[in-house]
Amino acid sequence: MENTNKKYWKGVEELKNDIGFVKNANREFNLDDIETVEPTHRRDFLKVLGFSVAAVSLAACDAPVRKAIPYLNKPESVEPGIPNWYASTYSEGGEYCSILVKTREGRPIKIEGNKLSSITKGAVNARVHASVLSLYDNEKLKGPKKGSSDIKWEELDKEIVAALAKGGNIRIVSNTILSPTTKKVIADFAAKYPTAKHITYDANSSYAIVQANAESFGQAVIPSYDFSKANVIVGINADFLGTWIAPNTFAGQWAATRKLSSGKNGKRTMSRHYQFETGLTITGASADYRGMIKPSQEGAVALALYNKVAAALGGKTTTGGAVETQNLDKCAKDLIAAKGAALVVSGSNDPAVQTIVNALNSLLGSYGTTIDLGTPVNYRQGNDAEMTAFINEVKGGQVSTVIFLSNPVYDHPRGAELGEALSKVATSVSFADRADETASKCKYIAPAPHYLESWNDAEPKKGFFSLTQPTISLIFDTRQPQSSLLTWAGLNSDYHAYLKSNWSKNILSGKSWVQALHDGVYEPAAGATASGASFAGNVDAAAASIAKVKGAGIEVSIFESVAIGTGLQANNPWLQEMPDPISKVTWENTIAVSQKTATELGIAQGDWAKVTVGGKSIELPVLIQPGQANGTISVALGYGRTAAGKAGNTGENVFPWITNGQYFANDAKIEKTKDGYTLAQTQTQNTIMGRTAVVQESVLGEYVKDVKAGRFEPKIETSEGEKTPYQITLWNGHEKKNHSWGMVIDLNSCTGCGSCLVSCQAENNVAVVGKAEVARAREMHWIRIDRYYSSEMGHDEALAEKGIIGGYRELEIAAENPEVVFQPMMCQHCSNAPCETVCPVLATTHSSEGLNQMTYNRCIGTRYCANNCPYKVRRFNWFKYFENDNFDYHMNSDLGRMVLNPDVTVRSRGVIEKCSMCVQRIQAGKLTAKKERRRPIDGEIQTACSQSCPTNAITFGDMLDENSEISKTLAVEKEGRAFNVLEEINVQPQMSYLTKIRNKDGVAKAAHAEKKEAHHS
Amino acid sequence: MIENNSSVVLQSEKVGILHLYINMIRKFYKSILALAVAVSISVGYVAAQDSTSTAAAAPAGGGDVAKGEELFKNNCAQCHAATAEVVVGPGLAGIEERRDYAWIKKWINNPMGVVASGDKYANELYNKFNKTQMTAFGAFGDAEVKAILAYVKSAGAPAVAAPTGGSSTTTAPAETGGGKFINVILVALLVIMGLVLVALLGILQLLNKLSGADAGSADASLSFGEKLQAGLKNVAANKTVRSAIVWAFILLATKATFDGMYGIGVHQGYAPKQPIAFSHKLHAGEMKINCAYCHTGVYKGKQSGIPSANICMNCHNAIKRESPEIQKIYTAIETNKPIEWVRVHNLPDLAYFNHAQHTNVGGLECKNCHGEIEKMEVVQQRSTLTMGWCIDCHRKTEVNGKDNGYYTKLMEAHKAVSKGAMKVQDNGGLECAKCHY
Repeated sequence: MENTNKKYWKGVEELKNDIGFVKNANREFNLDDIETVEPTHRRDFLKVLGFSVAAVSLAACDAPVRKAIPYLNKPESVEPGIPNWYASTYSEGGEYCSILVKTREGRPIKIEGNKLSSITKGAVNARVHASVLSLYDNEKLKGPKKGSSDIKWEELDKEIVAALAKGGNIRIVSNTILSPTTKKVIADFAAKYPTAKHITYDANSSYAIVQANAESFGQAVIPSYDFSKANVIVGINADFLGTWIAPNTFAGQWAATRKLSSGKNGKRTMSRHYQFETGLTITGASADYRGMIKPSQEGAVALALYNKVAAALGGKTTTGGAVETQNLDKCAKDLIAAKGAALVVSGSNDPAVQTIVNALNSLLGSYGTTIDLGTPVNYRQGNDAEMTAFINEVKGGQVSTVIFLSNPVYDHPRGAELGEALSKVATSVSFADRADETASKCKYIAPAPHYLESWNDAEPKKGFFSLTQPTISLIFDTRQPQSSLLTWAGLNSDYHAYLKSNWSKNILSGKSWVQALHDGVYEPAAGATASGASFAGNVDAAAASIAKVKGAGIEVSIFESVAIGTGLQANNPWLQEMPDPISKVTWENTIAVSQKTATELGIAQGDWAKVTVGGKSIELPVLIQPGQANGTISVALGYGRTAAGKAGNTGENVFPWITNGQYFANDAKIEKTKDGYTLAQTQTQNTIMGRTAVVQESVLGEYVKDVKAGRFEPKIETSEGEKTPYQITLWNGHEKKNHSWGMVIDLNSCTGCGSCLVSCQAENNVAVVGKAEVARAREMHWIRIDRYYSSEMGHDEALAEKGIIGGYRELEIAAENPEVVFQPMMCQHCSNAPCETVCPVLATTHSSEGLNQMTYNRCIGTRYCANNCPYKVRRFNWFKYFENDNFDYHMNSDLGRMVLNPDVTVRSRGVIEKCSMCVQRIQAGKLTAKKERRRPIDGEIQTACSQSCPTNAITFGDMLDENSEISKTLAVEKEGRAFNVLEEINVQPQMSYLTKIRNKDGVAKAAHAEKKEAHHS
Repeated sequence: MIENNSSVVLQSEKVGILHLYINMIRKFYKSILALAVAVSISVGYVAAQDSTSTAAAAPAGGGDVAKGEELFKNNCAQCHAATAEVVVGPGLAGIEERRDYAWIKKWINNPMGVVASGDKYANELYNKFNKTQMTAFGAFGDAEVKAILAYVKSAGAPAVAAPTGGSSTTTAPAETGGGKFINVILVALLVIMGLVLVALLGILQLLNKLSGADAGSADASLSFGEKLQAGLKNVAANKTVRSAIVWAFILLATKATFDGMYGIGVHQGYAPKQPIAFSHKLHAGEMKINCAYCHTGVYKGKQSGIPSANICMNCHNAIKRESPEIQKIYTAIETNKPIEWVRVHNLPDLAYFNHAQHTNVGGLECKNCHGEIEKMEVVQQRSTLTMGWCIDCHRKTEVNGKDNGYYTKLMEAHKAVSKGAMKVQDNGGLECAKCHY
């Protein structure tokens, strides 16, 4: 067998022989921060024992009286125990998602995607999944406030109307508002108070795109992009799969170009994706070729590409673009070849860079194919210039009333200035749901309800409409901002009626309101063809402007993280505990730095460092990040809230570092402040160390020649010759007569975005354990997304050159610009499950439908199963995570517990838990079929992860149903890309993976190495 | 010699007394056996009486009328009588003379629609009955409506023998109630006698063994009392007997302990007092209201559902409004405070139970688990609701796969490999994650 004489490190710490590691080498857990407790005395023990026995027997004898309280007047549509679904829309801070909300007995418990939306097509990202928990945030305001004291709505209205009547400049400040009806309300308000003006800004601004398009095409808009039509995709610091503009839409489009099929006439073509970026993002991780650039080089990269393409395609070349980075020439060559099916996007907020990108796309014929200026999107309407002017007005004392729909004191670079100047404003009102950084500085807070309690609409894309409807009655004494504005404007405050009438007058054009509400979306019948555009921008001026951008010293890239975004939902423990897809860090932001730069600066992982940019310092832990451009650091936005709540006030705020709307800064001073810190990371092992039994990958060229390229197929020597592991067995196996549930996970389309993780957490009542417990590797997530970096050398290469010990030492180190693979890993539901055989109490058993069942009430917590699990997917409840003040997250309050799924047991202390393949959904789906006297239809039963995947990387289904998608996929891929992880140990999982194929030239090094390896094992 | 003799005497004495015992016990045994036979026959008789009485009550009609009766009782009888009597709505006797068929069908399918259409008769009717809205039965087609009408006609006709409602059902429970009480006593007696028999048999065997094979003649010189005393002394002094008694005691004590422990958390017979003295005996038994009329979720979902006050009001806005118990419902509605019923059947949170799977798919009747609810004045937990009880049923019960496309192929596959019917356990009914997740 393979891997018999190798030494494995538990993590980088072991390899480096850290002091902390050596100290704890013989201990199972790093429990340094737990104080040693005095040994229990015999008498105390007896006292406790006696009391417990008495208490237990008393408790056991007495049956508590439990009440069953029915509705007084049961709504006809509600049947206790049966969920109701409502179509709605998530549109917060310009982020859009059409959703379905699952409610049980009137409370929303789960969000799923709405497949009727042509924009999101059922994709839901982690933040939208988690938003249902924000509904039950106990730290929201319970009613309106004047200063820090309560006030009645009537009095608040009276006082504000009186203040408004005094005149003076009135400003309404918000993030992007997608709702056309809300904008109409603001217009009505402005009609009543002509001095009112609406200021829009975005926490993560894309104003440069608007400006550049205005200059280049005379249209001040953000166009809609279609990645699915592109054969060559280039991203320049644009994390379009994770955070840039509309990742929900883009991820699906991108993945469509990455699907392959090993069937006879299967699809064997893929798009080629180049990414040039500073920090490693999930987009860069999924790219075929990735180049590392400093943030100041964004413009130079765009210029270099433009000049190369222009030279070949006969465009007008310009000066500049001297930049050293990987794969630039190759990228230009591919772009030229893919003319008409190419797309270049940039995340820069510099209009000059965006102008060059426009020119480049124009040369490549992208307008009319991959870019559509005719149907622009509304996700980012922020106007940086207006916002800056507004802050100056406030500072100058020219504003008498300001109404906030957002939190600029926190999420605007000049927030601190604004916060100080707010005292100059006579009347300040905030619609925040809590006394956040801005609201706490306002005179009045008129708290807005959560979007799941509200009526609203959205127009994410020109002509595409979407409705938000309340799925629960108001939890606290809150009022929608729209109703407040209408009230203050002296109009009828019923926003529902207002919305309905606006829709029937201006949007529906005679179509049914009820149907639109049912569908959640109202869209034009057929997709209009994308319109072309001719570029009229000034390339030379842009190039000159770019030439002025100079980098200096250590450059800082300020980026939006996938989990926390811009910090809107910072107080959401699900999002805080969701590991960053790349760094796997939870609960805080870090200073990400490359190993080389860290060595130069004299810092290492485990240290804290003080970073000073433009006189503003923060102190954060250091993270060694492979793929980070040398000479740069990356710090995420969205952290460092001071008034978000118990869970949200963590990390440091870097919004103040943003200057002139540019999300990078020069000349960062970095000094180490302390060491010996353990980051709460869920994965510390960085590389796969040549273990192709786990991750199998190849390149497109190889795959076209042989569909089994990159596959690791172990063989066992027996007396009867060579056999596959599945041919020799000690096991009797389990007969599956009725169903055989399984999953196929396509490593090619998994972007590691973490949507499945939060979806699973919501569906299965997975506990939040907090930073300290995550640091001890005790997180409870049922699905983890393993992220592996490639090492500089291949397996064979390293061993040949450096010997066994040196070779593995070499393999342990991630490459400076690594290839990345994401592998979602959950219980594999092995047919020959090692966990089942070691359970002393039969708490984990096998079902006749292929499920590995976990019975919590039988488990006694020996953890033998977790030890014996080859995939390490079993989780142990070290503590009681509900109703426990030490874990003061949502499960510690009545309100927070309302999010729990009543069909899934909340596990208690001392038991093991793990992925159940959403058995509650399987059972519910089967029952629906039985009630209708039929077999289940493929697709009607979905697990939480498979349903939420924005790229459809996870296919769930019944492998005994010949017509199911999973059966069809496996029929084709069994002799193609499908493999089981750790096939050689013959556990026969129900989960299969499809090999990762990169659209690279040449031969994959790791793949070759393993084929040889397999034979001499 | 004397010593020898005495020993012989003693021995023979012992033997003699043992024989006496043996004979006595043998006689006793026979008489008990006879009694037991008599008792069991009488129990059987009572049971048989019960079954015949219920069998006789079953309707003998066929076709439309039988279907109509079922439909009527399940859907109409809550508010309408088949006679001219007014319950909530008008009595239906002679309905076909009053209105034509088309109108009736339209009315049943959408009564408020007919009222809204301005139909004069409908509006008069609506106003006459305090504007009480009739539930719409939109799913009823011609077949259903005609069947109901056929039943109404047959039920209204005086010639029909053995009316099913009214007197016979009201008297029957009283009879069976009395019979049941006797049954309980008789069964208890039988059990006690059985235990005594077993104990006696045991002693018999023991004594036989002690007396040995050569049974000598009894010494006549000693009185019966002395013999008995000596004999008992001997028995008490016997080590085997002593240890047997000690062991028996230990075993019984252990069993009692285990039984007690198994009983922890089992609340069979739990019949808490409810905030409103609602009688299932009256509603489900005498009025024969279908269970699903109030427990609306029982065929649809996990919970059968405790009826909300508005379901009570469907009938009680007209019936017995003055009753103090009904007044409690009015108070609840007026004060907007829901009625806090005490839960009778409490499954632990770790067990998932779904009514629809058992009622709708499995075709089980409510009383399978809940007992004879229609005879309970106060609802009581009849089954143990332990896991053993669930598992036992899953082992024994056949899958109700008839006309269910879900099971068709499974049944065929089962038939191919097994002679017996497909039980729930054959389809994974004993697996953990069917109930625990």
